[in-house]
Amino acid sequence: MRPVYIAGVALTPIGEHWELSLRDLACEAALKALEKAEVERIDALYVSNMGAAPLQSQLHLGALMADALGLYGLPAMRVEAAQASGGVAVHEAHLAVASGLYDSVLVIGVEKMSDALPQEVRSALAMAEDQEYTAYTGVTDVGLCALLHRLYMERYEAEPEEVAALAAISHEHAVGCPHAQYPFRVSVERILSSPMEADPIHMLECSGIGDGAAALVLTADRGDVEIAASTVAVDHFFLTERSDPLTLEAVGTASKRAYERAGISPRDIDLVELHDSTTIIGILSLEELGFVEKGFGARYVSEGNVRRDGELPVNTFGGLKARGNPVGATGIYQVAEIALQLLGEAGRCQVEDAEVGLAENLGGVASTATITILRRH
Amino acid sequence: MSVPRYWREIKYRYRLIGELCTECGAIIFPRRSLCPHCGCRELEECKLSETGTVLSWTVIQHPPKGYEKYAPYVVALIKLDDGAQILSQVVDVEPEEMRVGLRVEATFRRVREDGSSGIIEYGYKFRPIIEEP
Repeated sequence: MRPVYIAGVALTPIGEHWELSLRDLACEAALKALEKAEVERIDALYVSNMGAAPLQSQLHLGALMADALGLYGLPAMRVEAAQASGGVAVHEAHLAVASGLYDSVLVIGVEKMSDALPQEVRSALAMAEDQEYTAYTGVTDVGLCALLHRLYMERYEAEPEEVAALAAISHEHAVGCPHAQYPFRVSVERILSSPMEADPIHMLECSGIGDGAAALVLTADRGDVEIAASTVAVDHFFLTERSDPLTLEAVGTASKRAYERAGISPRDIDLVELHDSTTIIGILSLEELGFVEKGFGARYVSEGNVRRDGELPVNTFGGLKARGNPVGATGIYQVAEIALQLLGEAGRCQVEDAEVGLAENLGGVASTATITILRRH
Repeated sequence: MSVPRYWREIKYRYRLIGELCTECGAIIFPRRSLCPHCGCRELEECKLSETGTVLSWTVIQHPPKGYEKYAPYVVALIKLDDGAQILSQVVDVEPEEMRVGLRVEATFRRVREDGSSGIIEYGYKFRPIIEEP
């Protein structure tokens, strides 16, 4: 296996892009990334997406996007692992280059959620779960997180304010981020006085609905940012079959494998992009990734350790909460953001002297976990 | 919703039928080809307990398509008395009355309708147990 580098990244602002189609968004990001990467040619195309089938009635995204970009003849495919599609696409693309089969590949993450009604989007997101016995109960993705949120607060005696702090800090970090959907401050008080989405989760503790596309060019040519590790792990699909619902086993497995492959420990990580689809998933992730002991994640966050100038800068552009969560594109945004940080191109969101960054992208309630570790040379 | 897709789950959803692993003794629901805990392929059909205890719960305020007219509704993670866990709506209860540790029993209810001409789906939901004197 040979080293793989990130040659070019591009992100579109996340929001409600009424004037742009799925294809428009993807092309905007892809063309920018290609321009920056200056590679001779692209050998393969990976399109990461979750919801185009239910939301746009569109499949066959590999050939569709390759055609839109004039990339005829190359292998092109869609990668889908629910909300973890981005992380899995990076994994597949990275393997293709690392193996020596392809020299340079393009990865596009794209999602267009504003084309559908909110209840249609909720049904599309619930497709990450088993349809016959989980989605069948009428539970939503946030509802499943709410079951964990209540268990966490009861078991570890965590205060609602401590859990909500992750959303407040993420919003703080999004201020000045040009691609963030919600680049403004929101106080813990306001978060906890917002309406309930799924008790005990308030609306302002959940990521929103947005359109966006991000693109990466991965190459074997030596560059400034290397993919030090890219791992994927899956867990029991049914929450009811896990020995402890508060243990995100797949996150633990994928991250341990990633640290090993990169030859580092959690202490070496300078910044993290978390999969904070809801605050509780972000907090459980911090524990599972090895940054804080089990049961102490909420306290760790509320003490400010995850601020951009803290011990472990987290969600440095706002995370899923404030940057936005265009589901199938989210994992690509995260990796692109880590690359921008390591290259010193993060603008007002810049973390000082970052050398190693980790992106965590999850599908379902961490039924799929993906970890990408980037290192600056 | 196609009729066969609904029909093939009827036994399990109407009667709470799961499987018993003959190797490790785990009770499995829903049914599958092998035990998720030990990999054993010798599984026997079994009836699940119809009573259990709420481990955690939530109230769905903004439901997915097809469930709009039921909202808000309670969904709970329930530990059945035989040790199996199940995810289910809890009905005949006000959200304010929900608590971890609440004793519940299975009940047969309408789940959703597929428009005005599609099939009407039924299945299990749970409700609080009212004890006999």
